[in-house]
Amino acid sequence: MWKWLHPYAKPEASYQLAGKFVPWFSVFAVVCFAVGLVWGLAFAPADYQQGDSFRIIYIHVPSAILSMGAYSSMAVAAFIGLVWQIKQADMYVAAVAPVGAVFTFIALFTGAAWGKPMWGAWWVWDARLTSELILLFLYLGVIALYNAFSDKTMAGRAAGILSLVGVINLPIIHYSVEWWNTLHQGATITKFDKPSIDTDMLWPLLLNIAAFTFFLGAVSLVRFRTELLRREQRRPWVQQLINRHSQARG
Amino acid sequence: MNPRRKKRLTIVLAIVLGLGASIGLLLFALQQNIDLFYTPTELVKGKGKQEVKPEVGQRLRIGGLVLPGTVERSQTSLQVSFKLSDAGGGIVTVLYEGILPDLFREGQGIVAQGELVDANTVSAFEVLAKHDEEYMPQEVAEALEGMEHFKPEYTEAQLQGSGH
Repeated sequence: MWKWLHPYAKPEASYQLAGKFVPWFSVFAVVCFAVGLVWGLAFAPADYQQGDSFRIIYIHVPSAILSMGAYSSMAVAAFIGLVWQIKQADMYVAAVAPVGAVFTFIALFTGAAWGKPMWGAWWVWDARLTSELILLFLYLGVIALYNAFSDKTMAGRAAGILSLVGVINLPIIHYSVEWWNTLHQGATITKFDKPSIDTDMLWPLLLNIAAFTFFLGAVSLVRFRTELLRREQRRPWVQQLINRHSQARG
Repeated sequence: MNPRRKKRLTIVLAIVLGLGASIGLLLFALQQNIDLFYTPTELVKGKGKQEVKPEVGQRLRIGGLVLPGTVERSQTSLQVSFKLSDAGGGIVTVLYEGILPDLFREGQGIVAQGELVDANTVSAFEVLAKHDEEYMPQEVAEALEGMEHFKPEYTEAQLQGSGH
């Protein structure tokens, strides 16, 4: 069943495959960003209650969703890395963690900037905010663990276990606003019901979520390729690649 | 799947499920402490199965909807008082001195932090506004007036203030 996947387990093949996706992801990200941000920030109608301040949703929600999306992809990779011991999976974990950490930070920062004018507070220790902060610490832990070992096989295993264990935090973040009473409001779009946001405001939001997704894909694949080259630098295929590039330039 | 992979799979799944279960139990046990605030009903009738009531003098947060028509402002200072309620029908009076957030209005959800001065009065030093997850333009909001927003109903006795 999975035979078709096997050729990609070769480092060179996964390097080439990742390279094919990067330009597409980048183009889609730029287009979605350009349309989504201008539409959301300039043309979408203002909210009846929050006025123009609500527009920060176009950064806050995509980065928050993708902070969890990046974590899920990292955890899946960690799982594959631990069970099947494919080293590229560990490299993906190392590649995506800093990107996810930055998304989490953006979500927390824009959340604080939104909370101050609307709620009246930069920060409240409610369940949603606290669990998202824990997500940031999990990312930082994964990054730190991966860099703490000089033996990268060990590093991948340690970082993988931490990222897998941290998955428990994802449902907690998502359901925190339902399980406990919080200052943060409930889910607007990530629920099975109809989104509780007007269609004119929803489309640019979806575009921005798509933009963040492609951006995450592009940046993590570039980082993945770099990590792959760094760890395989003494292998013949990397040497060949370097020779080809230097010849092309010289 | 070869036996070594199977073994690793079992170990990994056991770790994740075990930790998941223990954290689940931990959160369940801490349930009441993770809640950010008391609702007016919890304050009046007690919280949880044991109906634990906070003690007078305790510092706490109270969250509910501002009852329309109960906001009283002082003419000479920033002092303001208003009543909070929720779906359960409990009513709590909040006293506050300071500037209220922009979103503060009658019918709005708010969270106040302060000291419980008697069974159903909180003297707050911080009032935060809570908004819901609905976003819509002004025109839509006007056209939809009376949509499924929560509208509390009260008996006369409740509005007169509940004597304990």
